Formats: sequence, structure tokens, C-alpha cells
Amino acid sequence: MSSLLKLEKLVAGWQQPATSQIDLALAAGEILGLTGPNGVGKSTLLAAIAGRAKVFSGRIEQRPGLRLALQTQDVPPVDGLPLSGRELLALTGASANGLPPWLNDRLDDRLDQLSGGQRHYLALWAILQAPADLVLLDEPTNNLDAAGVAHLTAHLRERAEAGAGIMVVSHDAAFVEAVCDRIIVLEAGDVE
Amino acid sequence: MWNEIFLIPFLTGLGLAVVLPLLGCYLRLRDEWLAALAYSHVAAAGALIALVAGFAPAVGGVAAAGLAGAGKRLFSRRLAGGASYALLLLGGWAVAVLLAANHPMAERLGHALFDGQLYFSGSEQLWLVAMGGALALLMLRALSKQLLLLHVYPDFFRIRGVRAWPTQTGFDVLAALALALATMSMGVMGAFALVFIPPWLAFRRAGNWRRGLLLALFIGVAAYVAAFLLALGLDQPFGPVLALLLIVIGLVIA
Repeated sequence: MSSLLKLEKLVAGWQQPATSQIDLALAAGEILGLTGPNGVGKSTLLAAIAGRAKVFSGRIEQRPGLRLALQTQDVPPVDGLPLSGRELLALTGASANGLPPWLNDRLDDRLDQLSGGQRHYLALWAILQAPADLVLLDEPTNNLDAAGVAHLTAHLRERAEAGAGIMVVSHDAAFVEAVCDRIIVLEAGDVE
Repeated sequence: MWNEIFLIPFLTGLGLAVVLPLLGCYLRLRDEWLAALAYSHVAAAGALIALVAGFAPAVGGVAAAGLAGAGKRLFSRRLAGGASYALLLLGGWAVAVLLAANHPMAERLGHALFDGQLYFSGSEQLWLVAMGGALALLMLRALSKQLLLLHVYPDFFRIRGVRAWPTQTGFDVLAALALALATMSMGVMGAFALVFIPPWLAFRRAGNWRRGLLLALFIGVAAYVAAFLLALGLDQPFGPVLALLLIVIGLVIA
């Protein structure tokens, strides 16, 4: 497997360092899980890879021409906006193929008329299905019911089998266990 | 009505009634509806400065609004949260009132700019609105996807290595120039009514973005045509008739 991403002795943060020193590599077709208690810098690590957070030391090496997609915990601001699910997918270039039936039937509804879980899954899908080689997901199971988590688990496997590398930050231990090829547990001051 | 005296002002206003509601949808998307008032006031002040300095008012108005639109981003860190628009609005109003108070010619033009002077539009203004309007529609079409993406997924740009500022600055300049043109023709409040009310209703009622644009366009054009005929028939100033009509439509539809 070819390496998409390599982190060497990386320390990242915002105004000050928020992670311990981290070394890891991610290959195409691999799903890597990052877990650990609050405050160890899991989301900050994704933000640093995406170029949002500051790198204090170490380095991030990406395969040349790597296309990234990032799902954050921020909710897309769609309240009061006449934007349908189909239009949202078109914005990121995501395909609707493979959406669960409970969402596929509501693709032409305004996003602010969907339930919190439906909206979250559609916003997640728009990122997950965007043309990308490496997909970074931050707490993707938030707001999802059991059917949503099951569909996401199956779809992440399909996305990885199609060649994408996926990095997942999650507190949902059962989900991480079910979907990830490899799990790294971040702890304050160390990486296991 | 179809006499050239009325036809040219009607067509000039019609061009603006097509552009302004669509522009207003993107201003509302960006939560920048106050920009409409700000650029209109700056354009009015620029027109009065040009008049006092011996230049064509239209050139001064367009130049002042264009500079405000292009320069706003230089101060974006200090003037976050819409503060830039509030300062531009207050500055434009203060300069315009001071000039009007000290120059008789500026006073007359100032009244015309704030009250609306659509019936005095000439063929030069019609050509300017026709060409500027066509350019504005083409630019809006080109910027539409990026503006929506910047609002919904702001990180998508950064993560793909695409710079956001050309889209943002391009839109700011487009909005400033379109509102300057509109202010010169139908006045500050007539332009603001068309930028604010049709998009407000479209955002409340439309089922998706494309239908929202069409609904805003329909409301803007229908209200404009009705206001033009009403104002002409009742021999009333156009701007206030348009504003009142849009308020009534707004209260009914919203």
C-alpha cells in the first residue's frame, strides 16, 4: 500500500501546543481511528493536517497532489437558507448514489426542514463523497441513530476499498472498533 | 407610458429590478444585507463630491462605491461583524449631508439621490445599466457556487489550496458597483428595497436555492412594474411607492 500521509514528531495546536509528539502514517485504502480522552488534541491533529491549526514542531508529509476532504464538528449554517440536500451535494461534487433510503427520499427538501440527524448525515455525506484521496472525519457519529451508524460503517469500508485513506476521530468505541483497520489511542503527553 | 420619456426610465429601472433581487440573495447568504445601504450612501457621497469638484456625478458615485468595495477587505480584521458597513453607511451619509448643506447644487442632487430620480434617467444611464447589469449577472453566475461553498463549507477552499479572497473581493466590488448604478437611477431607498425585500421573502418561502433566485426575481420585477405604473398614474415619487408596495407584498407573503 502506498502512503498518503506521514506525520513525523508532529506537535500541533492553536495559540499554544495542544498535542503531544505524534508519529503516524496512513496508506491508501486504510481506515485509521484516533481515540482518547477530551483535550489530547484529536481534533487539533485533523485541523493541522487540513492546514487550519498551527504546526509547532515536526512535519506533515503528504503525497504530491493529494486531495483532502475534512468533516468538522461545526454544523453547516443552513438555518433560514433555501438550500436543498441535492444542491448541497452538488456543491462539493458528491454523488447521491448509496445514500440510505430514509435520506434519498428527502434530497429535494430544504436542509433546514430535515431532522438534526438527517441534516448531519447529509452534511457528512457531502464531504465523504466529495472527490478526495484522504478523508478526515471528526466525530462522524454525532447525532446519528443506530441505522445511521450502521450505514456509515458499511459505506466507509466501501470508500476505503475504492482506494481512499480515511482518518476518523471518535469517542464511539464500538464504531471505531467496527470500522477501523488500525486504532491509535492518544493520551496526554504520549502516544500509544 | 410607451413614450420615450417614460420608456427609457422604465427600461432602466427594469434592468435594475432584475439585478438587485438576485444580488440581494447573495448579500443575504453572506449576512451582508447592510452592505446595500452602505454602498448606496457611499455612492451618493461620491456623486456629490464629484459634482462639487466639477466632474460627472455618476463617475464619482461609481468610483467611490467601487473603492469602498475593493478596500473593505483590507480592514476586515479590525472591522469584523458588519462594522465596516455601518462605518461606510455613516461616513457616506455624513459627507453627503455636509456637502448638501454647503452647496446649493449638491443639495438638489442630494435630494434626487436619496428620494430617487428614476423618471429623469436618460439613454446614457439606460446603456450603463444594460451593460453593467449584464456583466453583473454573468459575474454572479460565475461566483455563485464558490459563494455558496464558502458559506456552507468554508474549510473546503483552504483544504483544496484555493484562495477565497478573489471570490470575496470580486463579489464585494460587484455589489458596490451594482448598488452605485442603482442609487444613481432609483435612489438609496428604492435600491435598498429591491435588494432586501425580495430575497427576504425568497429565503422564507423557496424550496431550494434555484427557486429562491427565481422567486426573488419574480417579486422584484412584479413589484417594480406595479410601482412604476402606480407612481406614474398617481403622480407620486417612485422610490417611496416602490418601498411601500414591497412592504405590503412582504407582509402578505411572509
